[in-house]
Amino acid sequence: MGRSLKKGPYIHPKLYAKVEKQNEAGVKEPITTWARSCTIVPEFVGHTFMVHNGKQHLKVFITEDMVGHKLGEFSPTRNFRGHGGKGKR
Amino acid sequence: MPRLLGVDIPADRPTGISLTYLYGVGPKTARELCHKAGIDPRGRARDLGEDEVARLAALLDKDYIVEGQLRRQVAQNISRLRDIGSYRGLRHRRGLPVRGQRTRTNARTRKGPKKTVAGKKGVKDLR
Repeated sequence: MGRSLKKGPYIHPKLYAKVEKQNEAGVKEPITTWARSCTIVPEFVGHTFMVHNGKQHLKVFITEDMVGHKLGEFSPTRNFRGHGGKGKR
Repeated sequence: MPRLLGVDIPADRPTGISLTYLYGVGPKTARELCHKAGIDPRGRARDLGEDEVARLAALLDKDYIVEGQLRRQVAQNISRLRDIGSYRGLRHRRGLPVRGQRTRTNARTRKGPKKTVAGKKGVKDLR
């Protein structure tokens, strides 16, 4: 189910502040974050985030197409290496 | 058999049903179309006059996205998910369920026919 329109999209306030600060300063440094549930807003486009996947921070470069998705969608939390295989058993 | 939008030839069923043979037209849209075109949805499709077919075609053309165009749209949406490297795109690439369903069992629609793995628990019982 979607989120109430009254509240608007969830944007991590601190992360948003950081992005705004960078936009004002005109720099685009990678921002390390754990805020996987933060919605990507148009202001984020062109920035790089280091999004935590439970283990590491994966580099996510934001393009226009990603607006409206959440940061976590681009930082997979599972690493499936396949079943069985030769010599393993 | 009346032809609508080039390829599709709904059979000799009620108009309200035969319209659902178009990709992108379900029972609801079919009823809506009949209503807008002033056609009885219960009447057989074979009894449709040329003018009626033309009216339906015009309506579909104007307000609805169906058939090839719809298929293209869907494919585009999927390829967008793939290209931005999102989790959903990943699931599409792998041919696994996209919306968080379980994959330990079931999920056969996405995964296709069962591929039995030798030595896996329960295989003996299957034979």
